[in-house]
Amino acid sequence: MATFRGGIHPAPHKDLTDERALDSAAPPALVRIPLQQHIGAPAKPVVKKGDAVKVGQTIAEPGGFVSVPHHATVSGTVKAIKELPHPSGRNLTAIEIANDGADTPADELEPIRDWPNADPTLLRDRVRDAGIVGLGGAAFPTHVKLSPPDDKPIHTVILNGAECEPYLTCDHRLMLEAPDAILVGAQIVRRCLGAKRIIVAIEDNKPRALDIMRRNARSLDDVEVLGLRNKYPQGSELQLMKAALDVELPKSRLPMEAGVVVQNVGTALAIYEAVIAGRPLVERAVTITGPAIAAPRNLRVRIGTLCTDLIEQAGGIAGDVADEVGRIILGGPMTGLALSTTDVPVMKGTSGILALRRGDLVDYELNACIRCAKCETHCPARLATARIGLAVELDNIERAERLEVLQCIECGCCSYVCPARRPMTHLMRVGKSKVLRERARRKASG
Amino acid sequence: MAEPKLLSVSSSPHVRTREDVGHTMRDVIIALVPALVGSIIFFGTRVAMLTSIACLTALATEIALVLWRGRTVDRGAVKSALVTGILMTFCLSPLVPWWMVIIGAVVGIGLGKHAFGGLGHNVFNPALVGRAFLMSAYMGPMTTWDIPRKVDALTGATPLAHMKAAAYDKLPDLWTLAIGKIGGCIGETSAILLLVGAAYLLIRKVISWHVPAAYLGTLALFVWIFGGTYKPEGGKAVVRFFDGIGPAGLGVIPIHLLAGGAILGACYMATDYVTSPMTRTGMLIFGVGCGLLTGVIRIFGGYPEGASYAILLMNMTVPLIDRATMPRLFGAKALK
Repeated sequence: MATFRGGIHPAPHKDLTDERALDSAAPPALVRIPLQQHIGAPAKPVVKKGDAVKVGQTIAEPGGFVSVPHHATVSGTVKAIKELPHPSGRNLTAIEIANDGADTPADELEPIRDWPNADPTLLRDRVRDAGIVGLGGAAFPTHVKLSPPDDKPIHTVILNGAECEPYLTCDHRLMLEAPDAILVGAQIVRRCLGAKRIIVAIEDNKPRALDIMRRNARSLDDVEVLGLRNKYPQGSELQLMKAALDVELPKSRLPMEAGVVVQNVGTALAIYEAVIAGRPLVERAVTITGPAIAAPRNLRVRIGTLCTDLIEQAGGIAGDVADEVGRIILGGPMTGLALSTTDVPVMKGTSGILALRRGDLVDYELNACIRCAKCETHCPARLATARIGLAVELDNIERAERLEVLQCIECGCCSYVCPARRPMTHLMRVGKSKVLRERARRKASG
Repeated sequence: MAEPKLLSVSSSPHVRTREDVGHTMRDVIIALVPALVGSIIFFGTRVAMLTSIACLTALATEIALVLWRGRTVDRGAVKSALVTGILMTFCLSPLVPWWMVIIGAVVGIGLGKHAFGGLGHNVFNPALVGRAFLMSAYMGPMTTWDIPRKVDALTGATPLAHMKAAAYDKLPDLWTLAIGKIGGCIGETSAILLLVGAAYLLIRKVISWHVPAAYLGTLALFVWIFGGTYKPEGGKAVVRFFDGIGPAGLGVIPIHLLAGGAILGACYMATDYVTSPMTRTGMLIFGVGCGLLTGVIRIFGGYPEGASYAILLMNMTVPLIDRATMPRLFGAKALK
C-alpha cells in the first residue's frame, strides 16, 4: 500500500463524528469576515459601515496576485470594519455583518454550465473571483496553484482525501455525500491545468469513501482512486506526493515543478459550486468535536460564524465546570491553533473546532534528551530533529540552519513521540523563526 | 467592561503518546527479571541481596546528586538509575563482597552519569563505568568465580577462561552454556533468559535489532576466523585461522556467544539510548565496532572477556559516528 517513510499512528477518535451526516448550521446572527484568512496579502474592503450586503456579494477585493476576494456570507448590514479577535491570537481587521435572515442572493457570478468546453482562463478567473483557497487548512489561494508558468506543464492532479488529522471527519463526510460534485470539481481543475490524470488519494481507514469514490470515478477517463496506508501526516502535500507518485520533492521546489498539483476534496467541491452554480465560497464543512463537546457533529457553516455559536450548536461544553476544558483548538490536535477565546470566526481554512479536556493534554517539559532518536525515525521530513532541538535550546541558530530546520513541516510527530516529553515541534518553530530573522538581519546589513 | 476570562493556549501538537522515559525504563527492568531470577536460582539468594544493595545505592546516589545539583527529581531518571543498578550487578562476580557493590553503584551513577550532567548527557554507560572501576580497584574478588549447583561454593574458571587457555576439554556442553549453569558474572550466564528479555524489548520497540545483530554477528565472524589462536603461558599469541573447535572451526561461535557477557552487552548495554548512535546506520557501525573489539580483547588481549571494555571504547566514538551518519533529508535527490 502506498505510503511514505516516518510518521505516526495517533489515536484517531474519528468515531465521534464519522456517522454524523453534514447538517446546515443555524443562521448566525452576525458574521465576522477577517481580511486575512489566507496565505498572501490581506484583502481590501470595498464596502463601508452601514452598507446593505447580499449573500455572495464581494465585500473585499484581492490585495495582490497571491490573495483572494472575500464575500458576504449572509445578507444584512455591515455593522463595523474594525480590529476584532482573530484565531491567530491577534486582533486583525474584519468586516462584521448583522444577518437580516433573508438570505438574499447577490448573484454576482454567472454559472458556467458548459465547463468541459470553457476557456481554462475563464475557469481560473472564476476560481479567483469565488474567493477559493485551499480548504485543507493551509488556505493558499487556489487560482495561484492553477496558474503554473508555461514551462511547467502539469500532468497529474492529486485530490487529497487523506484527512489524516485525528478527530476531523468533514472531508470524509463530503466524499460520502457529494462524490460526484467533488469529481466534477477535480475535472475542472484538470481542465484549468491541461493535466491528463487525476488521482483521488484516500487513507485506507475510510473504506466507504474509497468505495463510493471508486464507483463514481469508474465512468471517467484517467481518474484513479488510490488507497493510502493510514498514517499521519499522510495528508501533507509532500508526503502525499511521495505516497501517490513516489516523487520526493526537493527542498524549496514547488509541486508544479514536478508536474503535480494537489487539491483538497473540499476545495474541489467549492470549485464545483463556483463554476456550476456561480456560488462563491461562503460556506464550508466543519467538524465540531472532542471529548469536551456534548454532541459532536459535522456542520455546513457560513464563513465568519463565531466558534461560540457552533460549540453551542454541538450541545455546548460537556460537563458543568468550564475549568474541565483544557484547550479549544481550531483544526485538528496535531497542527491546530489553540484559541484564547471562542469569539473568533470560522475562516476559509477552518476544518474543525476541537475541545479537549484537561486530562486529554499532556504537558511538555524541557527535560533532558535521552537520545532515543524516536523523533528522528518518525520525522517525515527526515530531519536530525533531536540535534536541531538541542541546537535551538542552546541558541545555536547557525547549527539549526545547517541542520535544515527550515525544511520542518511542523507536523508535530517529534513532539508526539518524544518520551522525554520535550516540546520538539515548538523548538523547531523557534528555530525556524530565529533562522529567518537572522537571514533578514544579514540581508539588511548587506 | 470586565476583561473576559481567556482560555489557555499552547503550541501544537496538543496530544502526545502516553509513553515516556519511565515506561521505557520499566520495560527494561521487566526484561531483566528472567535473567535475575535465573541467577538467584544458580547462585543463591546472595544475588538478590547484592542486586537490592546496588539498586538502593544507585537510587540514593541519583536522588542525592540531582538535589545537590539543584534539579528536580524526574521519574524517568529514577527508573534509569534502577536499570543502572541492576545492570552493574549483572556484570559482577556473585562472590563480590556487599560493600564493593555500593562503591560500584556510587561510581557508576556519580562519575559515569552525573559528572557529565545526568540523564541524557553521559558519554559512557554508567553500569560499565562502575564495573570498570571495580575491575581495576579489586581485580582479585572481581575475577573469583562461583560454580553453580555445587554445595561448597568452589572457585573456578569461566568457560571463556578455558577458551583462553585452550583447555577445550574443560568446557561445559552447549546446553549447559545456553541455560547458564556456568561460572561467570551474576547476570551474564543465562543466554536463554537474556534473549527472552531482549525479545520483549524488541517487541515493545524499546530497542531495535541493529546493534545486537551487528554486535553478535561481527563477534561470531571474528572468533570463527581467529578461533584457533592461542597464547602459550608467557609466550606470544600463535595465530591460526578457522581452526577452533569442531568442523571448519565453527564450534567456537556458540561458545563465544553463549559464554561471557556478549549477549548481555549486545542487547542491554550497547543498546543504551544515551551512549549509542541515533541512526540505524550508526547503530550498525557501532555494533560492528563492539563485536570487533570484544573479539580482539578475548582472543588477542590480556582478559578472557572483553564485552564491557569494548562497549566503553565504542561509547567514545558515538559523537563521531553520529556526525558521519546524519539522516538523509526528504527530497535530497534531484527531480527526475
